[in-house]
Amino acid sequence: MKKNRLIPVLLLKNGWLVQSKSFQRYQNLGDPITSVRRLSNWASDELIFLDMTREGGYDMRRDDKGHPNRHDILEIIEDVSKECLMPIAIGGRIRTLTDIMVRLASGADKVCVNTKPLEDPAFITEAAREYGSQCIIISIDAKVSGEGRWEVYKDGGKVATGRDPESWAREVESRGAGEILINCIDRDGARTGYDLDLVGRVSDAVSIPVIAMGGVGEWEHFAEALSRTKADAVAAANIFHYYDQSVYLAKKYLHDRNFNVRAPDLIPVEVTT
Amino acid sequence: MIAIIDYEMGNLKSVANAFKAVGVEPCITRDPSELSAADRIVLPGVGAFGNGMERLRRLGFVRALEENVREKKKPFLGICLGMQLLATKGFEFGEHAGLGWIEGEVRRLESPDLPVPHVGWNDVAVTQSSPLLEGIGDKADFYFVHSYHFEAAQPDSVTATCEYGQRFAASVSHGNIFGVQFHPEKSQKAGKHLLENFLRISA
Repeated sequence: MKKNRLIPVLLLKNGWLVQSKSFQRYQNLGDPITSVRRLSNWASDELIFLDMTREGGYDMRRDDKGHPNRHDILEIIEDVSKECLMPIAIGGRIRTLTDIMVRLASGADKVCVNTKPLEDPAFITEAAREYGSQCIIISIDAKVSGEGRWEVYKDGGKVATGRDPESWAREVESRGAGEILINCIDRDGARTGYDLDLVGRVSDAVSIPVIAMGGVGEWEHFAEALSRTKADAVAAANIFHYYDQSVYLAKKYLHDRNFNVRAPDLIPVEVTT
Repeated sequence: MIAIIDYEMGNLKSVANAFKAVGVEPCITRDPSELSAADRIVLPGVGAFGNGMERLRRLGFVRALEENVREKKKPFLGICLGMQLLATKGFEFGEHAGLGWIEGEVRRLESPDLPVPHVGWNDVAVTQSSPLLEGIGDKADFYFVHSYHFEAAQPDSVTATCEYGQRFAASVSHGNIFGVQFHPEKSQKAGKHLLENFLRISA
């Protein structure tokens, strides 16, 4: 039987791993490669990188560590794909088919697109035709706009679009998206759990896999989304960086409670050169 | 030397990285004549059946593969599309002839109520002992991404199966020829184990 996935999301800003709150405040957590190595050793099912860099380059300031400096996301993906034998998705700053092509060529298996399709929905179909639906994740950032109502935002949660997440989810599915990453802006960094109402509605609206995101503060929140919505995968960012062996512990929590996830595992740390 | 065939059908780098992770430095090649120097050959691939065969032909790989795999019996591993191309024919975007090394047809997954492509981690049941699958437990999860599957004409060509709306071949083999529908290069521990098994198969 196909397993539900547990997916750590790594937020990158100017080449650094960061923690995010309400899409507004960011705290630097350091070198992403170190985290990837840990997350890989804890047998994550998949990794999603979201690059939130708005201006400036990718100053990794790693010369002091004997590493070459990394200048763009592609070099970071190349590093990452050497570290982990698992599916990798990359999002952020994707505006053209070429942007997708270079990310896949650097070692990503999927891309995650948010703003471009809201401005040009035909982009989804073009991308799916060229690279296959299985590698096109559409991420939807939604913000509560009233009782039981949400609005889709673009540009890193800064610009309202007037669309509602359920109908946008149906549209992206019909245009060829392979998966949907639904993120609730109000829950970002809040640690109060997923917006289950939002995740439930979006996952009911489509038949493609939906990844829940935003608000996880304890393992139980993963269980809630898997038992109370049709989400195929549960994702989180901040919480995976707080605890040692976080992915292992989260998976163990779910596995012990008979959720349909891969058995928890620890992969011995290997010395890479 | 292990050769990974570059026929412009995706994800070569991941496959090469995975072999590096198990300690061998593979050679990615676009030149069919380089296969004669290889002692093992890997055909990866993501994409449509017809395109895959057309590119193998255009780059001159079909003849070189026949010679090295069928005549000289070098261990061969086809991954995903690379496994499907072993079939007699495929029905993705029309009917296309395959390499025809393992009798069978490649048809669309019929998984009512489940989304196709089948993407994600799924457990594989070993149905027949095979050196490629040695030591792989019956509940091992592998990572899959595919919309089509290999319907083998002879049941004994299938060495492992997987369930997604229907039961389909996860792994096929015939002598020195092996194919897997899943992606060992994305399947962490179990994937590494399988690649190590492949490296141990005697030429």
